[in-house]
Amino acid sequence: MKFHGTVHKYGRDIDTDVIIPARYLNTSIPEELAKHCMEDLDAGFVAKMQFGDILVAEENFGCGSSREHAPISIKSAGVSVIIAKSFARIFYRNAINTGLPIMEAPEAVDGISDGDTVTVDADAGIIVNETTGETYTAQPFPPFVKDIIEKGGLIEAVKGKVRE
Amino acid sequence: MSAISGKTIAEKIFSAHSGTDAHAGDIVVADVDFVMGQDGTSPLAIRALENMGVDEVFDPEKVAVVMDHSSPSPIEGVSALHTIMREFGKKTGAKVYDVGEGVCHQLIPEKGHVVPGDLMVGCDSHTCTYGALNVFSTGVGSTDGAAAMASGKLWFKVPDSVKVTYNGELKPGVFSKDLILYLAGQIGADGATYEAIEFHGPVIDELSVEARMTISNMAIEVGAKAGLMKADAKTLEWFEGRGEKTPAPQAPDADATYIRELTFDASTIGPQVAKPHAVDNVSPIEEVEGTPIAEGVLGTCTNGRLEDFAIAASILKGRKVHPDVRFIVAPASRKILLDAIEAGYVQTLVEAGAALVTPGCGPCVGTHNGVPSTGENVISTANRNFKGRMGNSDAFIYLGSPATVAASVIEGKITDPRKYFEGGQA
Repeated sequence: MKFHGTVHKYGRDIDTDVIIPARYLNTSIPEELAKHCMEDLDAGFVAKMQFGDILVAEENFGCGSSREHAPISIKSAGVSVIIAKSFARIFYRNAINTGLPIMEAPEAVDGISDGDTVTVDADAGIIVNETTGETYTAQPFPPFVKDIIEKGGLIEAVKGKVRE
Repeated sequence: MSAISGKTIAEKIFSAHSGTDAHAGDIVVADVDFVMGQDGTSPLAIRALENMGVDEVFDPEKVAVVMDHSSPSPIEGVSALHTIMREFGKKTGAKVYDVGEGVCHQLIPEKGHVVPGDLMVGCDSHTCTYGALNVFSTGVGSTDGAAAMASGKLWFKVPDSVKVTYNGELKPGVFSKDLILYLAGQIGADGATYEAIEFHGPVIDELSVEARMTISNMAIEVGAKAGLMKADAKTLEWFEGRGEKTPAPQAPDADATYIRELTFDASTIGPQVAKPHAVDNVSPIEEVEGTPIAEGVLGTCTNGRLEDFAIAASILKGRKVHPDVRFIVAPASRKILLDAIEAGYVQTLVEAGAALVTPGCGPCVGTHNGVPSTGENVISTANRNFKGRMGNSDAFIYLGSPATVAASVIEGKITDPRKYFEGGQA
């Protein structure tokens, strides 16, 4: 899986309440959730997002609530992959289960600035900052994670298995 | 890890539930004793079940959905979500806790759905609360929750455990909330990510079961998967008459292996306050005393229990809430509301000027019951003060103990509660 896009970079401890505030959880329609993604942290986020753009953040991305609406809203807002120094436990699992690619790559985070253009080869675990020319490595997706993400989430992946 | 070393509480509970000799780092498929969702997360889990083509749950006695986050419904969209939950209950036989029953994390143990030694998952991050009752309970997303509702099983990575010991004794006016806020300030929001914390020491032993739940409730605020305690005589007594399940407590072995050990002297810890907009942005109350407040909140799954009402009532008895402050009080369950009425705490708090709302999450999550205005400060007994948490991203939330909240709503500013406890009682 390859991703290519402009980076939107944020700090540490980006919590699920700013990713999608609870006041918008009166729906579970992904497109509706996407409209309010990151709104309390960066009101201009949705407007500047281009489909395929990349989120980069420091430590503990997705801390807080277990709401699966958080990865759903990010994915539906058009984010192709999140690269962070670390992820909170529940968010990590929720992201994979909902088919949102995430990668832990501390050195890449340090070497990437807001607005940079980045290419990611998730199967090889290679992150290239096209703006600076620097290359970083990350853990490639294990095959089962790749399978879940390609199918769009755990439920779809499991349904595929059952049909087979 | 060596197979001859002893086991932590987490390793013992996962061994018992997976039929393996489970050690930290192992991936196990384990039987869960209970699965729960609330009104924010259950609809997604129910939809996931439908997408899987599953129209029943593994055991209706072991699944519950709780309407607590936005309850009674403040808006049509939530009403529709509540309808989905009620219909799910009718279809599958899963237990439905409807409007007015209380917060999921109070109801699940209060109704005896879990007992010491159990393993459970809930579609809510504060599911770690029951760790205080020797239950390995942890928050999961709706997809994992749906998988557990369907199969009664889920895969887990057995976590490493961190041993946190509180020595000494709590000083008057200092409570379990202060202990866990202090820990968050010490180790940070990711201080125990993917790990289980075991809480030990004479201070924990002395605490009531309710006060212990406040500590385990906030284990997630340092990233932990669980916040576990041993079951003692108090724990077992707490469960008497609550259900038919037999507790099977799991105590750690004396030679259990911990990835880290932290020891604190509670005698040196005073009231703590978490400042906006992070739970680990903690300081001693002296640093924030005098900060003006517009709203106070007593309640939530952190501090909405009878003992919390008793503490607040002892301070507010014969006193008045400051005229510039809204004081919102939300009991954690219907039973607590009834008990607090019987004990006279509700009378005391309402006479003092409190606004009593439906048992449930109250204003904690920003969907109803007291959204602060722009620029306002709130002092709350809740567990999170993230930007926008209470529904307004331009409000400022401070977290403290029930005593700190009660003292603060009287003066209209953040106030050290210890002056009400000089001589040993309020």
